[in-house]
Amino acid sequence: MFKLKYFELIRTLAVIFIAMLLSMLCITLISKQPMETMRVFLLEPFSSMSHFGNVIEVAIPLMFTGISVSLLFKMKMFNLGAEGIFFFSGLVAAAVGIQNGLNAFVHPLAAIAAGGVVGAVISVIPGVLKAKWNANELVTSLMFNSILLGVGLYILNYFLRDASAYTTSSYKIQQTAVLARIIPGTRVHIGLIVVLVFIALAHVFLYKTRWGYELRMTGANREFAEYSGIKTGRVIVYVHLLAGFVAGVGGSVEVLGMHPRFDWVALPGYGFDGALVAMLAKNNPAAVVGSAFFLSYIRIGAEMMSRYSDVPAEMIAVIQSVILLLVSADQFLKFWKNRMLLKEAQKNG
Amino acid sequence: MDKFFEIIFTTDFAFSIFRVTTPILFAALGALISNRAGIVNIGLEGIMLTSALTGVLISAYTGSALAGLLGAMLGGMLISAILALFTLELKTDIILGGIAINAFASGGTVFLLYVLTGEKGTSSTLASKMLPDLHIPLIERVPYLGPIVSGQHVLTYLSILAALGVYFLLNRTPLGLRIRAVGENPKAAQSVGIRVKQIQYIALVLSGLFASLGGAFMSMGYLSLFTRDMTAGRGWIALAAESMGRGTAVGTTLTSFLFGFAQALANALQLLKIPSELISTVPYITTVLGLVIYSYRQARKLRKGR
Repeated sequence: MFKLKYFELIRTLAVIFIAMLLSMLCITLISKQPMETMRVFLLEPFSSMSHFGNVIEVAIPLMFTGISVSLLFKMKMFNLGAEGIFFFSGLVAAAVGIQNGLNAFVHPLAAIAAGGVVGAVISVIPGVLKAKWNANELVTSLMFNSILLGVGLYILNYFLRDASAYTTSSYKIQQTAVLARIIPGTRVHIGLIVVLVFIALAHVFLYKTRWGYELRMTGANREFAEYSGIKTGRVIVYVHLLAGFVAGVGGSVEVLGMHPRFDWVALPGYGFDGALVAMLAKNNPAAVVGSAFFLSYIRIGAEMMSRYSDVPAEMIAVIQSVILLLVSADQFLKFWKNRMLLKEAQKNG
Repeated sequence: MDKFFEIIFTTDFAFSIFRVTTPILFAALGALISNRAGIVNIGLEGIMLTSALTGVLISAYTGSALAGLLGAMLGGMLISAILALFTLELKTDIILGGIAINAFASGGTVFLLYVLTGEKGTSSTLASKMLPDLHIPLIERVPYLGPIVSGQHVLTYLSILAALGVYFLLNRTPLGLRIRAVGENPKAAQSVGIRVKQIQYIALVLSGLFASLGGAFMSMGYLSLFTRDMTAGRGWIALAAESMGRGTAVGTTLTSFLFGFAQALANALQLLKIPSELISTVPYITTVLGLVIYSYRQARKLRKGR
């Protein structure tokens, strides 16, 4: 059974391999100096401490939204609300961060807690609508993203905007609220530790607690779970609360760690990326680390590529969707698995 | 408040409802056909966006608006065929497949535009063509009715015809019967000799065709160029319209007009001194409310039925 156990992993690696080949093909077709462009894309993220720091910085929000989406997808709840919540909670955290008079320990905690709670409260609305009346959570959560963007921009422009700043952005976040840097020479902040703790907690929650068990059961087969006495409506509500909280904390940490002022004037995209991270990780919190880092690595590679060569960073969107399509394709490489199963059976029989 | 009614009760406003409903209606009809075949096509948004770009590109390179429209339609059908291939053959989850198509379209259109023109974000450097407005003789002269019904974009008229066509297709043709049978119960359909997969392919490609007309309208009618993410959630609103329209052609068309009304209202209210950020949320709030009311009534009906 050795090989079969690793089938999923091998399959994921095969998808990544195909995706990388495809990016090479794209570069070869477009770039005037394909070899140089490929070098930049693949190696530049490792070329210096600050570049590698970028990879870690981008992986932090991806891990947050990756956990949030994993929890929902594990339940087969196709809710993409992490996008809007990430944005809006970031704004809430900034609003708290702007205030004066808290010390450097309480201030970031208060700001992150505010963002997390607001995220949970927003997230539970589509959850309740789903649990009570079976309203399609995908559509409601996507509508919420657009609503949150509109309301958020209104708050930014009418209440938090610093008129003396050159661009649309809030007042400066107080130094007491800014998250501490932990790796010299980079902008990697304490949020890295926070997110790793969250991942450990999510793992324990999912696999070691009763609630986590109920969640997994409901995701596997809602009717069966209902018959065996699990109140699946309640599970749907608390998984939305948790997912919203995690996404909210993620948005808050991102703003306090990376942004001197709140300056998002469009949805930042981390929520949708979270769906990709979750898919790559097969909705497993521990695997979210690896998939977030991989995604962050090709992101930074693409950014370096658009900075130092003639291929635009949007190439990555094409690559990512191919990854998403193949990773979720059940039949991809299935023939190979079947052949292995057959061999195994023949050997044993 | 007086100003508000002054804006609402004008022929201009009534005219604009038809105009902003067009892309939503097209996409909702696409959602309807695939849903009736048992497939939720989440990729409508991406299909619209891709078609909006192909329409602009092909009309700019050939100098013909008609060629652009055909290109947009082919592009939309191609994308939905790819989606069908993945979901029907490779068993990709349809929801995730749709999400992938949307992500592909959002980034891929910007990427392609940059590679071809060196511009990111808009196609303003391309001399793309627009599809014409139609003036209906005689009716054009009728007071009140004329300024509303005549002079609309050619695709706006086509969207109304398409709604009639979809009604006819689903309820009066053998193909429509098969689509409904497959959506209702694929195993039963198969047992009477219907090729389920083939019907689902047809439904998805038709769904892509309708969505692509909506996309072509966006860049060759509503605006005269392509801008990044220009469909702005209309594909999602269309899904809500289909769901609220109870999966019927008539219901879907009516709810599409309801959401179109909300969008037109949002556009018109920008003239008043209400913050535009808040007004931009009106169509989405209407959609959520509509969906909630629909789901609430559905759930109550289910409970009564038990």
